[in-house]
Amino acid sequence: MAEPRETPRGERGALETDALDVDALIDDPDTRVIVCCGSGGVGKTTTAASLALRAAERGRNTVVLTIDPARRLAQALGLRELGNHPRQVTVEGFEPDGQLWAMMLDMRRTFDDMVRRHAGPERAEQLLSNPFYQTISTSFSGTQEYMAMEKLGQLAATGDWDLIVVDTPPSRSALDFLDAPSRLSAALDGRMIRLLTSPARAGGWGIRKVMSAGFSMFAKAVSTILGGQLLADASAFMQAFDSTFGGFRERAAKTQELLRSEGTSFLVVAAPEPDALREASYFVERLSEESMPLAGLVANRTHPVLADLSEVDALAAAEALERGETSAPLAEAVLRLHADRVQLAERESRLLERFTRAHPDVPVRRVPALASDVHDVCGLRDIGGRLAGA
Amino acid sequence: MSYAAPVTTTLAGWTDELTRTRLHFVTGKGGTGKTTLAASLGLALAGHGRRVLLVEVEGRQGFAQLFDTEPLPYAEQRIAAAPNGGEVRALHIDVEAALLEYFEMFYNLGFAGRTLRRMGAIEFATTLAPGLRDVLLTGKIKECVGRTDSDGRHFYDAVVVDAPPTGRVVKFLDVTRALTDLAKTGPIRSQADGVVGLLHSGQTAVHLVTLLEEMPVRETLEAVAELDGADLRPGAVLINRVRPPRLPARSVSPAADGRVDADRVRSGLAAAGLDLPDETLDALVTETVEHAGRVAAETVARQQLSESDLPTLELTDLSGGVDVAALYELAESLRSQGVR
Repeated sequence: MAEPRETPRGERGALETDALDVDALIDDPDTRVIVCCGSGGVGKTTTAASLALRAAERGRNTVVLTIDPARRLAQALGLRELGNHPRQVTVEGFEPDGQLWAMMLDMRRTFDDMVRRHAGPERAEQLLSNPFYQTISTSFSGTQEYMAMEKLGQLAATGDWDLIVVDTPPSRSALDFLDAPSRLSAALDGRMIRLLTSPARAGGWGIRKVMSAGFSMFAKAVSTILGGQLLADASAFMQAFDSTFGGFRERAAKTQELLRSEGTSFLVVAAPEPDALREASYFVERLSEESMPLAGLVANRTHPVLADLSEVDALAAAEALERGETSAPLAEAVLRLHADRVQLAERESRLLERFTRAHPDVPVRRVPALASDVHDVCGLRDIGGRLAGA
Repeated sequence: MSYAAPVTTTLAGWTDELTRTRLHFVTGKGGTGKTTLAASLGLALAGHGRRVLLVEVEGRQGFAQLFDTEPLPYAEQRIAAAPNGGEVRALHIDVEAALLEYFEMFYNLGFAGRTLRRMGAIEFATTLAPGLRDVLLTGKIKECVGRTDSDGRHFYDAVVVDAPPTGRVVKFLDVTRALTDLAKTGPIRSQADGVVGLLHSGQTAVHLVTLLEEMPVRETLEAVAELDGADLRPGAVLINRVRPPRLPARSVSPAADGRVDADRVRSGLAAAGLDLPDETLDALVTETVEHAGRVAAETVARQQLSESDLPTLELTDLSGGVDVAALYELAESLRSQGVR
């Protein structure tokens, strides 16, 4: 099989940065956590699973935390049921030097466990049965991200694995993974609910004095719209939750610390499309602002040109065949599909070069597309090889 | 020569029923190009002096990026001219602004509104009741659809919404469910009942953007079932980024299995005056096998989509990427498939 070429005509652009060395990353015993992030639909989960599988085969005790894997990928990992705890992957034909464990995040159960752990049995039951808890634990924006962080913290705390690979929730923006937990924390902070439910007693807060007439209007409007029952439930929840909340916040802060520590690396995954690369750019900038360690960009599902033949020559020959006397439909088709591929590869290269121009220090690895979706260990191994550039 | 695309297995394009639709939601799996196609659909519907509003609900400023303009304010703003005197406007609905606008109608908040906003009070209210967000957004959309000018004619001939992705769209449109979060009486409640009526009427359709790939197709079919279950009307399936099949139909399945007659390729290339080294020929064969694999997978995807029994439109992949000119090109393609 022909080797993929870096650029369509073999020239190495001046903008080419160092390729991302995935093997060096996963072989380094100091790498403890790898977070795969990126916007939805770019292949994060598959990338995380392939990376974990490769690390296990290279001798590491690895666990991969997936968020919402496609059914076939889950099956490939032996995850037929949704389990909130890691299970060892034992599939025929897979005998790694290390170990591979895998789990799917169950957001609701992780939240329940967290409440039980921090609230004590009696108060925990009170919280779990509050109707408002249903809203918080299932449909709050940010709950999934918060719980992914919580689970990561738990896995790290056990010390059972020396490498944790984390997939991030499918959100429209890659930044949600960093921002959602603080959004949720802000919402769970009892201050606002106290203002809304009993504005009279919540006095002493400077801003309220300034606009108290407007505020009581607002409180009235909110309670008209949301209904007294919802606010009462929310208020009861917040009161019971207050003492528990300190534990939550402390824990979330610890996980944030873990994300900033030496042993953590972020891998940004993007498809070679303008939207996905724009999201990747935002994320890269954000990581650098927060001094979080970025390992590099995985440009997923590229279409490198394999045959050394220019688009112009291919099209000229195809047209010659179309006009000519001898009919050669197969050769003509081969030439045209090659010309299409050169065009596609050039578009992808242009987009990736633009990314590199904006972020010259970020190593990039192009991962050529597979013909079909991954659904077994062989497919994951194949992607792992492509990630490593092997 | 016959090519692999079984265009005949898909149903006819745009229907008369869809032509009568005034409110179009465009959804799709992330990364399939739903914002691009929502914009193109808006342009396509705006022909012959018609006025169309594009609505954005997720705060991404996707339309501003597509049309290469400044970020949109919370106002209906002209964003493009359509062929034959049509006009396209765009509105980026800001939930906080919509809620304040709402309160202003019933309560006099004065300048406290701004302070509340700064405190995050409004975000808090919408976080407390996630359904409130969707009720506010769909409520604003209904107002735009129902608005009339002084002659009593509809101000907008059509409204096209860049809706949330397939996984969330039914939850977004199922206002009845959202209402369980909210009080049983009050101003928003009575307005929401009107929204439910509009969304479930023949005036509304939900179009699904997909690619000919496994996951987007599966999500599309799941969304269709979910829409049916919620008594919402699926509109058309818009297949995006269709790449031309190049191989003769009979060669596709052998090639997908790795069987390409290399000697025949070589002699054909020689006839065109190309004498290539073995290495290049092998690489061409590999490219052909990959291409055939994709075409075969696309054929399966098309068959699966045809099970949905929905009108299906196809949009060709634009090799140059998407710019403003490309939007007009896509709109033209939609019109040639019957969009009015």
